[in-house]
Amino acid sequence: MTVLCLVEPDGDGLADASSRALALAGSLAASGAGGLAAAFVGEPTPAVLAALAGCGVTDLHAVSSPRLTGYAPVAWARSLAGLIASAPASAVVAAATDHGSEVMAHLGAITGLDVVANCLATSTADSGGCQLVRNRWGGSLLEDVMLTTRPALLTVATDAPASRGDAGPGEVPKVHVYEPDLTEADLLVQATESAIGGGAVSLATARVVIGGGRGVGGPDGFGPLEELAGLLGGALGVSRVVTSEGWRPHRQQVGQTGTKIAPELYLACGISGAIQHMAGCQAAKRIVAINTDPDAPIISRADYAVIGDLSQVIPALVTALRARSDSQAADLSSLADPAVRAFYLGDQDPASR
Amino acid sequence: MEILVCVKRVPTVGGSIVLTDDGQRVDTRMSGFTVSPHEECAVEEAVRIVERLGGSVTVLTLGPPEASDQVRDMLALGANHGVVLETDGKEWGPIATAKAIEASVARWSQFSAGYDLLLFGNEAADSGNYQVPVRVAHALGLPCVTGIKHLEIGADEDKLRARREYRGIKEVFELPLPAVVSVKEGINLPRYPSLPGRLRAKRAALERFAQPWQADGVRTLGLRLPEGRQHQAEVLGTGTDAVPALVSLLDELGVLT
Repeated sequence: MTVLCLVEPDGDGLADASSRALALAGSLAASGAGGLAAAFVGEPTPAVLAALAGCGVTDLHAVSSPRLTGYAPVAWARSLAGLIASAPASAVVAAATDHGSEVMAHLGAITGLDVVANCLATSTADSGGCQLVRNRWGGSLLEDVMLTTRPALLTVATDAPASRGDAGPGEVPKVHVYEPDLTEADLLVQATESAIGGGAVSLATARVVIGGGRGVGGPDGFGPLEELAGLLGGALGVSRVVTSEGWRPHRQQVGQTGTKIAPELYLACGISGAIQHMAGCQAAKRIVAINTDPDAPIISRADYAVIGDLSQVIPALVTALRARSDSQAADLSSLADPAVRAFYLGDQDPASR
Repeated sequence: MEILVCVKRVPTVGGSIVLTDDGQRVDTRMSGFTVSPHEECAVEEAVRIVERLGGSVTVLTLGPPEASDQVRDMLALGANHGVVLETDGKEWGPIATAKAIEASVARWSQFSAGYDLLLFGNEAADSGNYQVPVRVAHALGLPCVTGIKHLEIGADEDKLRARREYRGIKEVFELPLPAVVSVKEGINLPRYPSLPGRLRAKRAALERFAQPWQADGVRTLGLRLPEGRQHQAEVLGTGTDAVPALVSLLDELGVLT
């Protein structure tokens, strides 16, 4: 039987979380010798179709209704319920995004079936059930579960392994337009959507995040950290203590109940490293901790550490980086002098060319 | 406004999780307990609404008898009534949990006009199943939104406006009351319990109902800690002496512009 996966767009393309959900859905389909189908609300772009083909999707059900003007969780779930009623599926899968988690919870309630949330992998899927690995505590703990109800309803953690991409370019999936039968009640909850004005570097996508924790000492201690973030084109992130104390706004919190980050560098300053915080930064490529306590939990999870007081180390680092960029600027400005250019680069004076 | 807030007792976990020898549970012998962070914000939000519009806040939990400690913690924040659906300590799945909450709400509705608003946290800190509020809403035939970061109740107390952000898009929902809403941390900054609040909470009478455990279709086979980052960091140095090494490292990582 088919495995059906709800997929979401991100800009013009397919959301990264959806391609991860498809990777798990694909392995479920393969172990049950079934096909992989996707469901999408609205009209898919060519980029979405191409991405689905790359994930091995053969059939796409495009949910279409003139009454669906914005995201409507019950209507989306009702559409999935309609799809599996007309073509039975062995499993229905969605990414564990805010939308995916909400829609699958509604589908679970509508069908009376269990839902396993935040799955990372599936080991077996036979007639006896479906064995899954899932995240607890935001990924700080793994749980092996056996799900015996069918179809298996599950969400896939947004940090689950990505597709190996060996499905090849594949043929573009066949698109089936599906018009769900929706009642007033299904459409009672529907979002009015508007864009949020951006500007500052987004914490979730920043290449560099400078983190501040209890060790910053108070609301007035963040100046040097912000200055460093500005110098590196990064964003400031903070621990839960900092937002609970009201030192910084909650939107800057990194962690299980805040933002999950995945930068090239996370510089964690004065942060002890509670599991709820690490759940938000474990996708960072490199973690550097600055802490006065060499026994702080973060020291055993970071790649590099400086043992010291951030109130001294950070201003010194800012000064060193400024001096470095000043000397580079001096080098570059001296290169503007034709004689210096000629000396260093063997370049000729443009006038004598 | 009559508001019900559902909370869950979870272990206070700091630097690491310790499992029991059989790998079936988190070892809580050395840890304290708290409520999930999103839920503490749900209680704060309910107390603020009632401070403005009048009415009362009831806090409900499903858990072992000791979970009454967490209900009292929430009473100390300003909630008025406490209900404990007492279990034998076994973990409950989301379907059974929602059924027990639904039954409790139905029982209360027999003696009153029922609740105008049911508040939850977006997900429990430990199990993270993301389902109980939605399942309760379906069972009671109420509209539901989840993951809310901003909530307004209309002057006529007959509808609410809820807001959240998703992928750079602001989503606004308008729902008639009664309704079910799950909130996320950041919707407010919970207050510290006052001393009179703590004294009142200590003396408050809680309603208790025994709940027989219900199985569902998901069976835990075992728990384990993820591999991953569990090594000692390479120490670059001590204090400001480490700055040159730090600058070279940043350069190596290619993050200097």
